[in-house]
Amino acid sequence: MDFQVIVNNFAFLIAQGFFGIGTFTGGTLRLALPAIILGFLLGTLVGLARLSRRRWLNLPATIYVEFFRGVPLVMVIFWFWFIVPALVGKSAPEYVVALTAFVVFEAAYLAEIVRAGIQSVPRGQVEAATATGLTNSKTMRHVILPQALRNMIPALVTQFIVLLKDTSLASIIGYVDLTKAAQIVNNREIRPFELYLFIALVYWLCSYSMSRYARRLESRLASR
Amino acid sequence: MNYRFDWSVLWSGQSGGWLLQGLLTTLEIATLGWLLAVALGVLSGALRTVPLALLRWLATGYVEFFRNVPLLVWMFFWYFGAPPMLPEIAREWLFDHGAEFWAAVFALGVYHGARFSEVIRAGIQSIPKTQLEAALSTGLTIVQAYRLIILPIALRLIIPPATNETLNLIKNSSVALTIGVAELTFQTRQIETYTAKAFEALAAGTVIYLMLCLTIATLMARIERRVAIPGMIAQGGAP
Repeated sequence: MDFQVIVNNFAFLIAQGFFGIGTFTGGTLRLALPAIILGFLLGTLVGLARLSRRRWLNLPATIYVEFFRGVPLVMVIFWFWFIVPALVGKSAPEYVVALTAFVVFEAAYLAEIVRAGIQSVPRGQVEAATATGLTNSKTMRHVILPQALRNMIPALVTQFIVLLKDTSLASIIGYVDLTKAAQIVNNREIRPFELYLFIALVYWLCSYSMSRYARRLESRLASR
Repeated sequence: MNYRFDWSVLWSGQSGGWLLQGLLTTLEIATLGWLLAVALGVLSGALRTVPLALLRWLATGYVEFFRNVPLLVWMFFWYFGAPPMLPEIAREWLFDHGAEFWAAVFALGVYHGARFSEVIRAGIQSIPKTQLEAALSTGLTIVQAYRLIILPIALRLIIPPATNETLNLIKNSSVALTIGVAELTFQTRQIETYTAKAFEALAAGTVIYLMLCLTIATLMARIERRVAIPGMIAQGGAP
């Protein structure tokens, strides 16, 4: 065991692999952050559509959610690797492929969180808003969504942890995230034990600290 | 776009048997991984409720460490990182007997064991304390109370989240392709490489995963209804 390899390649692993600062378009965070934001926007639309009483809205949304939750993420990434270039007409960079795949995939899970969040708002709120003369869309925008969003925050943090771990799978199409960075270093140095243990610790640190934070948020919400 | 569809690559010619082989391998690693995960999950889930601090701490450490690191990293670690640390003989034996297969089973089992542990702990903790007290007051010993009252109730309560975890495990078994296990996703990639029929291969793989998940979900829902305790499941389901 020789952890010198970590010290020598620390800058590459963390700056390039984790943050995405360097020669490659890569980085775990550079993929995870836009993916959660865009995924949440798409997920909100899908979640609202699922709650709609109009069948032409809620049926496609239900199929969307059930489909993506029934298929492995690896499969979805390969689909986008094949579809995105076919649609664009030329080969697309790994970043674009990975980001699209993650946004579309995560939106299915985030839609369920949004739906549960909206359903957790007491019915009386809707009735009160309607009684004051607000239209349906105004009720949604000004009364339900703000309260739902607050209830959703712990689940959103948890989903972000899942997403952060899942971005490691982008390495299979060659996207240089933390996992791929470790592979690159390993190909040169042949120190798999030290390198994979090190990145495991990096992932662990992020995800464990965030899960503690999510738990704190949850208990704070519960005591309100 | 002039893509010519040719679905026959899925069942005829050189690539004809690959999907079936892949499905069988997926079922093999998922089943073995599931058995390991359930064993580890029940053990660590139960240990997390015992009154011995050291055991509780060990079980919590296992759960928190393993579930907070991506499965892919565990696959790489168990396949590339761990074997060089083994003694020569064990390593040779492993590489003669499909090291990637056992690394995948081990990675799946240990990772999902940590996740099953949470499900089982939540199931035991969701049973009101009065159940145990009532059981003890009828003269049962604590082991009998666990075996006859607490566990039968807990196991029924956790069917929905345990089903969810089982489906996650099956879907996650696709990550094994990264270390060269010839499971379903690996085989769809193989068909694509050899025949250039990406759409057909991906569609077939996707449909097989969906059917597999749907079958298990339907089966478990039926079992859940069959063993439901009247007046209990409705309020005891997942939040």
